[in-house]
Amino acid sequence: MALLDVKDLSITFGGLHAVEEFSLSIEKGQLYGLIGPNGAGKTTVFNLLTGVYKPTQGSIILDGRDITAHSTEEINKDGIARTFQNIRLFHKLSVIDNVKTALHREFEYSTFEAMFHCGRYASVEREMEKKAIEILKVFSLDTVSSILSSNLPYGQQRKLEIARAMATGPKILLLDEPAAGMNPNETAELMETISLIRDRFGITILLIEHDMKLVSGICEHLTVLNFGKILAEGDTKEVLSDPEVIRAYLGDDE
Amino acid sequence: MKKKINISKTSSQRLITYGMVIAAWIILEIFLHTGLMSSHLEGLLVPMAYYAIVAVGLNLCVGILGELSLGHAGFMCVGAFSSALFSLLTVGKIPDGLRFILALFVGVLFSALVGFLVGIPVLRLNGDYLAIVTLAFGEIIKNIINALYLGVDSKGVHVSFESLMALNMEPEGTVLINGAMGVTGTPHDANFTIAVILLLFALVIVQNFIDSKDGRAVMSIRDNRIAAESIGIPVTSYKMLAFTISAAVAGMAGVVFSHNIATLQSTSQYFGYNVSIMILVYVVLGGIGSIRGSVIAASVLYLLPELLRGLNKYRMLIYSVVLIAVMIVNWAPGVIEKRTEFFDRIRKGIKNGAA
Repeated sequence: MALLDVKDLSITFGGLHAVEEFSLSIEKGQLYGLIGPNGAGKTTVFNLLTGVYKPTQGSIILDGRDITAHSTEEINKDGIARTFQNIRLFHKLSVIDNVKTALHREFEYSTFEAMFHCGRYASVEREMEKKAIEILKVFSLDTVSSILSSNLPYGQQRKLEIARAMATGPKILLLDEPAAGMNPNETAELMETISLIRDRFGITILLIEHDMKLVSGICEHLTVLNFGKILAEGDTKEVLSDPEVIRAYLGDDE
Repeated sequence: MKKKINISKTSSQRLITYGMVIAAWIILEIFLHTGLMSSHLEGLLVPMAYYAIVAVGLNLCVGILGELSLGHAGFMCVGAFSSALFSLLTVGKIPDGLRFILALFVGVLFSALVGFLVGIPVLRLNGDYLAIVTLAFGEIIKNIINALYLGVDSKGVHVSFESLMALNMEPEGTVLINGAMGVTGTPHDANFTIAVILLLFALVIVQNFIDSKDGRAVMSIRDNRIAAESIGIPVTSYKMLAFTISAAVAGMAGVVFSHNIATLQSTSQYFGYNVSIMILVYVVLGGIGSIRGSVIAASVLYLLPELLRGLNKYRMLIYSVVLIAVMIVNWAPGVIEKRTEFFDRIRKGIKNGAA
């Protein structure tokens, strides 16, 4: 059975059908791409999957459980983590604190212990620090752990956002244009990082991207959206050679 | 290695804050006991301390949670009256020291509860609703208590909003709140030393909270609510938690207030809108999110206009110039840069000197 099973998902804003009858089925461990022209509804799909918008119709099944009506916070608990197209870091917190914040569910102590720094506080904080450093190391951010996240260079901010999402221990990771605004070197590095976390954590990844080199380089399956509807789906190579897709999105040679 | 430096840096910053408060207390106590202090200044010490406490509490709400509250004087009012009533009812029945500690609990609990209740409808919303609602809350609570007559006798509790006569009390009953005349006879339990101890307590609690998992969650909501939700932070409950603690700290200041004043009245002078704004000024000028800054700003900016009373009409002029100067030093990016540079140079100088 598929890890994520989306059926007939639709949302309308007023009279606008932003997403219409969107279906998607992702197997565990897959690296899945969602592409399409600007305004096709890709980010809206992400917002539907993470509970930011409630769909007017359709269902989202994660690992056999219906999560369609869950709130954003519950959906993260269910196992979906995401990054944002426009980076949303906790800019006044340090790099490591950004990751520690995402570890809040895994490490437990009471508010009383927090206010008096007693009981489990010291040992749990130490464990948390260790785990956070471990995660930062995967993204080679451990050397900048104590600086303010807003002072990081752009590429590292994107990486930190992925690290923060990974820290919540998701089953599936949604990346919204991870390579946006990156130069070719940074994009190549990012591709490596994405493959690395997939192999290392055995995680399933769904990503939105405009960079075709990245998409054809790492995605095994693709869904193409156009005007809120699915235009094509299937194996990456087949989809990218589909004349419909070329006409709508990639542009033909004429 | 890196980790060690981090931890020692934050804790040394905290120790500096505590050290400053204790040093100020020692100096002021010496002045007090050697008789070098005018009685006018002497009377300002306890208010200075409780305004510093409220400022610390408000900074948790404004600086850490990122929600504007314009009603912290109202929470002070709740803490002041609830604890004063407790002390009035138990005076002579419980030993003095214990009674004040219990009164402290009562005041803090009541203001926390009221903070919680105010927060329930408001903190689910996003936007500046909290400012509007707390503004109204502060005025409402002040006016209700101002109009309230409360007394007890053998038949039980009597409440009226009309007059003392309308209470219909037995002659031997005691009047607790006499309308606009307020509460009289609250034991004089709080002095400057107790106020400073409570200020230190508030500092420890608030700083500990910030430097914990809960504090990080609250700050993450301030920095980016949508991202905080996306990593599974229960936004509403953390907002409620921080706001309730903030109200409780304000209530603690209220307890000091009511146990230091002869007649406790719910007037604008003590619990009005102006007082809430004044406390907000301390927080903003001390630096939003800087707990130490709140304490310094509250102390200096409270004392200044009082000490300038001798200058009569120039008093507010000088006060406003000081406000602008503090604003520039704490907020203008260019000045902040120069300031950091300056302190770095001093630090280097000390290091070189030591070597």
